[in-house]
Amino acid sequence: MNILELNGVSMTYGSVKALQHISLTVRPGEWVSIMGASGSGKTTMMNIVGCMNKATHGSVILDGENISRLNARDLTTIRRDKIGLIFQQFHLISYLTAVENVMIAQYYHSMVDEKEATQALERVGLTSRAKHLPCQLSGGEQQRLCIARALINYPKLILADEPTGNLDETNQNTVMDIFHQLHKEGSTIIVVTHSPEVAAHGQRVVSLEFGRLVGDASTQQIRA
Amino acid sequence: MVRHAMFFRIVVSSLIRRRSRMLVALLAVVIGATVFLGMGAVYYDIPRQMGREFRSYGANLIFVSSGSNSILNLDDAKQAIEMLPADKLVGASPFRYETIYYNMQGLTVAGTDFSAVKKTSPYWQIQGEWPQKDDEILIGTDIAEHTRQYAGSFITVEILPTKGSKFAKELKISGVVRTGGAEDGFVFMSMAGLEALMGTSGTANVVEISIAAAGEEISRLAETIQAEVPGIIPRLVKRIADSETTVLSKLQVLVCLVTGVVLFLTMICVGTTMMTVVMERSREIGLKKAIGAGNRAIIAEFMGEGITLALGGWLLGTGSGYFFAQVVSMSVFSRGVALPFFLVLLTLGASLAVTVSASLIPVAMATDVEPAAVLRGE
Repeated sequence: MNILELNGVSMTYGSVKALQHISLTVRPGEWVSIMGASGSGKTTMMNIVGCMNKATHGSVILDGENISRLNARDLTTIRRDKIGLIFQQFHLISYLTAVENVMIAQYYHSMVDEKEATQALERVGLTSRAKHLPCQLSGGEQQRLCIARALINYPKLILADEPTGNLDETNQNTVMDIFHQLHKEGSTIIVVTHSPEVAAHGQRVVSLEFGRLVGDASTQQIRA
Repeated sequence: MVRHAMFFRIVVSSLIRRRSRMLVALLAVVIGATVFLGMGAVYYDIPRQMGREFRSYGANLIFVSSGSNSILNLDDAKQAIEMLPADKLVGASPFRYETIYYNMQGLTVAGTDFSAVKKTSPYWQIQGEWPQKDDEILIGTDIAEHTRQYAGSFITVEILPTKGSKFAKELKISGVVRTGGAEDGFVFMSMAGLEALMGTSGTANVVEISIAAAGEEISRLAETIQAEVPGIIPRLVKRIADSETTVLSKLQVLVCLVTGVVLFLTMICVGTTMMTVVMERSREIGLKKAIGAGNRAIIAEFMGEGITLALGGWLLGTGSGYFFAQVVSMSVFSRGVALPFFLVLLTLGASLAVTVSASLIPVAMATDVEPAAVLRGE
């Protein structure tokens, strides 16, 4: 069974067609890169897959459930239980420490476990920064914290929007190493990026242009 | 860690680490609680404080005889006075009116208890001295001008205690009284002195009572006395009792209005601060929703912050409100003010009500935040 299926998904904002008839499937454990220039519709696609927007046409099936017509409350539940979100701007809560930023995701999900949150920080190499506020962390550390938060509730799908967009090369490599580790452990990852280098880390690259799907090939095929 | 411990951590961290913004809202709640508690204490104490002030305007209750001869028995009066609350009774002055003659002209003389008159009628202005002996008198200013007799003079008056009997008595004018009222045309002497002249004792025509009570309370006391003491008819001195009730109720309305306006302004200040906070934190709200927070969790967090503000404002406001009430009471009434415990609880209720109602619109705005719209990449 596919973890994600998009069938003829379209999204329009007034007269603007952000996505047009997108059909796509993602298998469990797969790492898919969604590539495209600015305005190609990749963020719109991420918002639809991440249950933060609803497609105007077509259906989206996530982990066997059609989420296309769910209400806001049910979409929040899906987001909480099945999706781990990673943002380009990190979006950490400024007044909570690193470990609290991880625990807050546990809090909204179910039980709060500080030990488990600390282990999540350890996994991304931030144990020594557990009691630091986001403003006391570097960009790379903030992104790793964002990843730890996304992973804490064991999501079925990790959705990353330009995860290295605000990072230097060293931090970019660190973050991609973490993604490789997660992929090795069986996580399903969708990375939205405009960078061919970042996209090349995935198994498959889906290309968007003006809201249309213009390419879907494995990384090996692209290299060849 | 249990969930509510994390909730508490989120709320407290949010308030502490954003203290500059939240201090404005906290200050507004403190001011609101201060004024509410302070004005509440003054409002509660106004009848007691103003009652004392009004006593300087004279008696507010009089006892007259229920019989046709307008003479009341002083024992009945004593029984009625004992029915009045001792802590509120300022004074009770009996007055017995008789006629004496000076240069063939009749003068009304009132026998009374001067020590009681000083309490019931503190507005009497005396030129000279209060009478110390039974043959000393006060004369009203009109009589003084008419007879050209003043403090220190001796006058001889004629008394007709019973039909056919007549004798003369020399009395010393110890002082001249001026009230601007009927007293200016009277002669006053001690009750014992008058009783000795007239040869009868134990009666009076009227007893003037000054009591620190107004409105329904004094009416209730009068009704009780009328029912319990048949020889006496208690009457309210309308001009005093009614003015007291009117002034008290106007003052209380004023206090209520001021408190209401301050609470309203507090609500506006807290509301606008919370609204600003929600707008400033729209990304944070969007993020929380994106990682799984439902509207209920968002409402709980913002209301939690509001309630924490209310509790902090209430604690600080209780201290400063008590101080404020003391300052107001000392400067207006020259007396301290009592702080009833129920008022402290009422202030807590008002702080919570104002903060929670001020947070309703901002919280509704928070639930409307769309994560996709506010977390958009740059």
